[in-house]
Amino acid sequence: MDNETNSAVKLTWFDKIFKPQVITLPNGHSTIRRRSRAPFIVALVLLAIILSLRMTGFDMGLIIRKFDKLMDLMVKLFHPKWSFFDKVTRPLIDTIKMSILGTVIGCALALPIAVLSSTNIDKNRVIVSVLRFILALIRTLPTLVIALVCALIFGLGTFAGTLAISIFTFGIVAKMLYESIETIDMGPFEAMEAMGANKFQAFWSACVPQILPVYLSHSLYCFEMNVRASAILGYVGAGGLGITINERIGWRDYEGLGMVLLTLFVVVVAIEFTSEYLRGKLS
Amino acid sequence: MAEKLEKIEKAVDEKLTVAEMYANRPRKWWVYTLVVLIIAALVGWSGSTVQFEGLTVTGRSVAQGVISGITHPDLKLMFGTSNTDVPYLLLQTMAIAVLGTIFGAILAIPFAFLASTNILPKPLAYLFRVVILLIRTIPSLVWALMWIRVTGPGAACGVITQSVCSIGMISKMYITAIEDLDTRILESLDAMGCTPFQKIRYGVIPQLTASFISTTIYRFDINLKDATTLGIVGAGGIGASLVQCLNSRRWAMVGSFVWGLMILVLIIEYLSTQVRSKLARGE
Repeated sequence: MDNETNSAVKLTWFDKIFKPQVITLPNGHSTIRRRSRAPFIVALVLLAIILSLRMTGFDMGLIIRKFDKLMDLMVKLFHPKWSFFDKVTRPLIDTIKMSILGTVIGCALALPIAVLSSTNIDKNRVIVSVLRFILALIRTLPTLVIALVCALIFGLGTFAGTLAISIFTFGIVAKMLYESIETIDMGPFEAMEAMGANKFQAFWSACVPQILPVYLSHSLYCFEMNVRASAILGYVGAGGLGITINERIGWRDYEGLGMVLLTLFVVVVAIEFTSEYLRGKLS
Repeated sequence: MAEKLEKIEKAVDEKLTVAEMYANRPRKWWVYTLVVLIIAALVGWSGSTVQFEGLTVTGRSVAQGVISGITHPDLKLMFGTSNTDVPYLLLQTMAIAVLGTIFGAILAIPFAFLASTNILPKPLAYLFRVVILLIRTIPSLVWALMWIRVTGPGAACGVITQSVCSIGMISKMYITAIEDLDTRILESLDAMGCTPFQKIRYGVIPQLTASFISTTIYRFDINLKDATTLGIVGAGGIGASLVQCLNSRRWAMVGSFVWGLMILVLIIEYLSTQVRSKLARGE
């Protein structure tokens, strides 16, 4: 009897356990309404919260008990020590330089790999899946861990930081780029091939103009992230602002820390605005 | 656009051959030269500080150790069940991310509504946006370092850090969803004589749930990766053990931590992409 209605509404394993409600319409036909999944999902989330609370030993009382300590810290943070600005500029410029160089290197390496791992250009399934798997593995590694390993191998300083940023940028830009390359219009490429252009000529004149703006836009976006990320790399000794931040917190000089964070904020916002403006132009 | 069409029409009128049209194709060479020049200048400027100084004395052995650790992970640590083994630490990392994301998502709701220009007058909304930007620019590690001073080290500190950090990005994405609200639905509900509560229940909430949940899941993805690094400063999770092993050069243990971390992040990333694409399709 229900054959027609069943085919109209897709049933999953969930509906086999919780039978859908059958509604008979005035005209004699019957239709079904699937049971809501909401209670089930809410129960799962609640279970996850309870388990997590037990595992992390988190309790709200902690924040309330330490509230005055927190306020004390915040008040100091919002009264930055202006005289500290002189000591912020050098590490800040180091941080920016690290992110520029890291972004450029990472993006340069990402371009060929991204082209090779997009299914519409590279027809070899094996290469595509191997490259994508490697990219996915690179992306799972935390930047800070990469930076720490680099610092252990190449010594403390900006070089280790730059290398860590390049690796991180490479993973992210390559992924974003192959996803965009797969959405480009392959019509012009085929048309040019049909006109007698060889693969490289067709790719150069039909695909590159489509890829290039997206590539620049992704690179700028990644640069934004890198400035923020590289600010903390100094914590593991990879140069830049992180060293200063760690030092200030260690000495409980929250006014100095406030100044560092304020400068970082201004620089990051300035870079974000410029990059957003440029990315708007590109698209 | 019109200019381009005119050019093509002119070319068709003049009966140019394909080869001639190809020779006349638009060239933006000066834009590309400018971009290349700017990038070259930036690289030159930043290359001056970032210098390769060769390996450290132990650099070679560290590199070999990392490779041998990854190829020969400590299997007992990887599948053990005690408090210091990989599965427990991964679960704890996940617990931090779960709580941090859920608290962050809840805290972000008021922020997002207060910063939406279609709800509050523009100057007020922009004020809240600056606060959100402030939260977003300060790196999560710095938040963690500050919170440790308040709460002491441990997983609870990680939870608080992530709750605060998540507000920044989550509310930024909530704002876009709120500003895209279709107000015509509210008008028609108004015309039907609905109470404000009914308008929110049937006009606002159904429009926002999918994108809010999608944003939250996306942030969970990010928070999980972040939670792995928070341990480095002592805020719980797998990071602390990983860094300890790195610093004491126990490579087999490093290998098992890295593998555990990579597998967990890959699984969560896969699941989150699946759920989010389902949400986007409206299932």
